[in-house]
Amino acid sequence: MSATEVWKSAAEVEDVIRRMGAQLRELLADRDIRGPLMIGIHTGGVWVAERLHRALGLSDPLGQLDISFYRDDFTRIGMHPQVHPSDLPVGLDDRHVVLVDDVVQTGRTIRAALNVLFDYGRPASVLLVALAERDGRELPIEPNLVGLHARLAPGEQIKLTGPDPLVLVRAGQRQGDAP
Amino acid sequence: MTGSAAQLDADGNLRHLLTLDGLSRALLTEILDRTEGFLSVARQAVKKVPLCRGKIVANLFFETSTRTRTTFELAAKRLSADVLNLNISTSATAKGETLLDTLRNLEAMHVDMFVVRHADSGAAHFIAAHADPHVAVINAGDGRHSHPTQGMLDMFTIRQHKGDFANLCVAIVGDVLHSRVARSELSALRTLGAGEVRIIAPRTLLPVHAEALGARVYHDLREGVRDADVVIMLRLQRERMRGALLPSEHEYFQLFGLTEERLATAKPDAIVMHPGPINRGVEMDSQVADGPRSVILEQVSNGIAVRMAVMSMCIGTQNLRSAGQADG
Repeated sequence: MSATEVWKSAAEVEDVIRRMGAQLRELLADRDIRGPLMIGIHTGGVWVAERLHRALGLSDPLGQLDISFYRDDFTRIGMHPQVHPSDLPVGLDDRHVVLVDDVVQTGRTIRAALNVLFDYGRPASVLLVALAERDGRELPIEPNLVGLHARLAPGEQIKLTGPDPLVLVRAGQRQGDAP
Repeated sequence: MTGSAAQLDADGNLRHLLTLDGLSRALLTEILDRTEGFLSVARQAVKKVPLCRGKIVANLFFETSTRTRTTFELAAKRLSADVLNLNISTSATAKGETLLDTLRNLEAMHVDMFVVRHADSGAAHFIAAHADPHVAVINAGDGRHSHPTQGMLDMFTIRQHKGDFANLCVAIVGDVLHSRVARSELSALRTLGAGEVRIIAPRTLLPVHAEALGARVYHDLREGVRDADVVIMLRLQRERMRGALLPSEHEYFQLFGLTEERLATAKPDAIVMHPGPINRGVEMDSQVADGPRSVILEQVSNGIAVRMAVMSMCIGTQNLRSAGQADG
């Protein structure tokens, strides 16, 4: 049996996202990027991106990316049960993109998301923003901006639930569980 | 092994797509939902996703087809599969090779999927029954029997425009006798719970026991399309007609050809569909075919996405089975 408990409450998550909004503003200013295109990765990334998009008051609509068709485990686990259509309302060519995900772990989702992006166009640059990151990277991918760093025990997972309220939950394996 | 059982694996996943008969509402809905996701691929600059990279799809067309073959080909290519187009009528079988020998040869080339179009009913089932277990078979039309991907693309187009099937009145007009499209549509509409389904045709173009297809039968076009939400026109299949079933195409149009005037009794927001190719001036006049209520070209675009969904579902379950074997 796996136990699920709240890791960061709705209020804490909103706080973190507020802080990230301010940091993202600085990061964009440092890089001299005005009016970036924000794109969230389904599903949790879109929820976080919606809030950041509002906080930054961006004029272009928020893009949504589904990576189901680009996953590297299709040959092993088959089709992802739920596929949302990707929706990129604005052309990507020569735009500075802010890619938003909820939790970065292996880096494989981000690899897939970058491939989707480049099948839509050639962005000028891509910044990666994640609400949380944890250990377990399998690819050389690091977010440019991270809200929370999770230190987890083996077998533990964190997951964003939403869309409203946004809560980060931790699911662990109790002692005696199969690995 | 019945047709519907043969196309599912032990876990109820789609393994082949041979007929819509016997498939559950949940599975048909899953195909429609997945199609939704694949529509967005057409909006990408690079209209390709890597789902079926490294897979080989062979289009086995024993009967000529342009639209179906090209949309299957495009669907496979958008999934990044490699495609072999085999026009069997002009190839080995003409030199005396049997169908099974042709199959064995293709299997030896490690083909992962056969897309089969054949003039004989049951041809795709036969191939599925004899193909190597790792090969998926998709029926792209067999005789008068079934054309499941066309049926599903029509359901998808209807759902896009009308939403829920429960309150819909769908009228199917024309050569039901020879139409595998009509049979697949009737099957899907029944499973998806369409409110009312009608068939409108001359007596000579109706199968015996037409009512058993689950539809109300009309012989008058105006009456039949009254208050319909969806009007599906069928192609007159001259090539399958043996004997004098119709006095002339002209007379057929006089009685069963769709015109704006005859469409007037349908609901104002009714949509008009046709699987193509249209015989203008026979099944419908150009004013309707090119008019605001026609969704015929949308059907073609949707056909690619539906075929991507079905192909990736079959290949996805193939992967699961081979992974299971490897683990065991």
